[in-house]
Amino acid sequence: MEKITDTIESIYEILGRVTDPEVPVLTILDLGIVRNVAFKGDELIVTITSTYTGCPAMDMIAANIRMELAAAGYKNVRIEQSIRPAWTTDWMSEAGKEKLKEYGIAPPDKRFTIPEDGVGCPRCGSNNTRLVSEFGSTACKALYQCRDCQEPFDFFKCH
Amino acid sequence: MKATLDYILHLADNALILGQRNAEWCGHGPVLEQDIAISNISLDLIGQARSFYQYAAELKGNGTTEDDLAYLRDERQFRNILLVEQPKGDWAFTTLRQFLFSSYQQLLFQKLTTHDDERLAAISEKTLKEVNYHVRWSSEWVIRLGDGTEESRSRILSALASIWTYTGEMFMPESFETASGIVVTDLETAWKEKIKTSFAEANIDAPENTFMRSGGKKGIHSEHLGFILAEMQYLQRSYPGCEW
Repeated sequence: MEKITDTIESIYEILGRVTDPEVPVLTILDLGIVRNVAFKGDELIVTITSTYTGCPAMDMIAANIRMELAAAGYKNVRIEQSIRPAWTTDWMSEAGKEKLKEYGIAPPDKRFTIPEDGVGCPRCGSNNTRLVSEFGSTACKALYQCRDCQEPFDFFKCH
Repeated sequence: MKATLDYILHLADNALILGQRNAEWCGHGPVLEQDIAISNISLDLIGQARSFYQYAAELKGNGTTEDDLAYLRDERQFRNILLVEQPKGDWAFTTLRQFLFSSYQQLLFQKLTTHDDERLAAISEKTLKEVNYHVRWSSEWVIRLGDGTEESRSRILSALASIWTYTGEMFMPESFETASGIVVTDLETAWKEKIKTSFAEANIDAPENTFMRSGGKKGIHSEHLGFILAEMQYLQRSYPGCEW
């Protein structure tokens, strides 16, 4: 039987279990890519937006949303993509930024909208770091190295 | 004003073909970090192409999909400019082309962001954020190579000499552009100003009075497009509807 009486809040709770396959510490709510949740008749519509246009994780995220909702009893789900307004790291939650740091990725930092030397090292906290490349292991990250602890690390770019 | 289907395809084809060209560097970049950078740019361009093809497929209707448009059209139906289909050449050629093309895209998408066609405006606004990275990265390479060693300088000068003839087509208006309310001739002065700044830092000069080749927007391509399509479309042509 389709569940159609639940609240929007409970849907968000379920969506909070879906993580980014590339950065598994972040949920899609932390990332800020869920733009809307609505019931239309007996259909549940989830609107998401992509981080970068070519992000290969989007299809997998959509599939994982379906699976998580299906496990909770929601079978009639439509996933819509919105383009505008364009996704920005301003939509990332504070909790998400903390989780990134613990995971070893420097979170978006407004002082570095254009990546340059000095982003705080997520391991030792030093700002004596250098930009290795503006393009990292995924579209959303830049590659850095800490000059103090020598560790290479990713910086989640302000976008 | 609603943009025409041909115009959206032109934007999509430019992005797809350059994305495919840049992808040829994957695993072959001069150093790992730059291999990753060019592959990332490639991915962004293919993402752009998808956004435009999805829109074009909706405009076309009759169940057309983005894949039909990318994989099942022939050479003469592609509307990309000649610049993007040229072989990747050496690192100087690839980065210089990226700089010239991304600088053009940056100006164009800034303009399209306020286009009356909301979907076109939305895609432009989104992709512009990525194009800004491409411009920055490629301009740094042009400067590094031009103002670098004797060898790097000779490479960038030779790339410039062979590429320049393909730059004029960006600013030659085609009927689908005019019909969509896009005046590409207006972009030329700003583009020249933009590239001059980086060229000055690189200590190189833009050639003058060069014969400008064109035809891509009309579907008349150089011999290189056929080969790239053969490689890119092979799987879908041989195994229609194949997915993984």
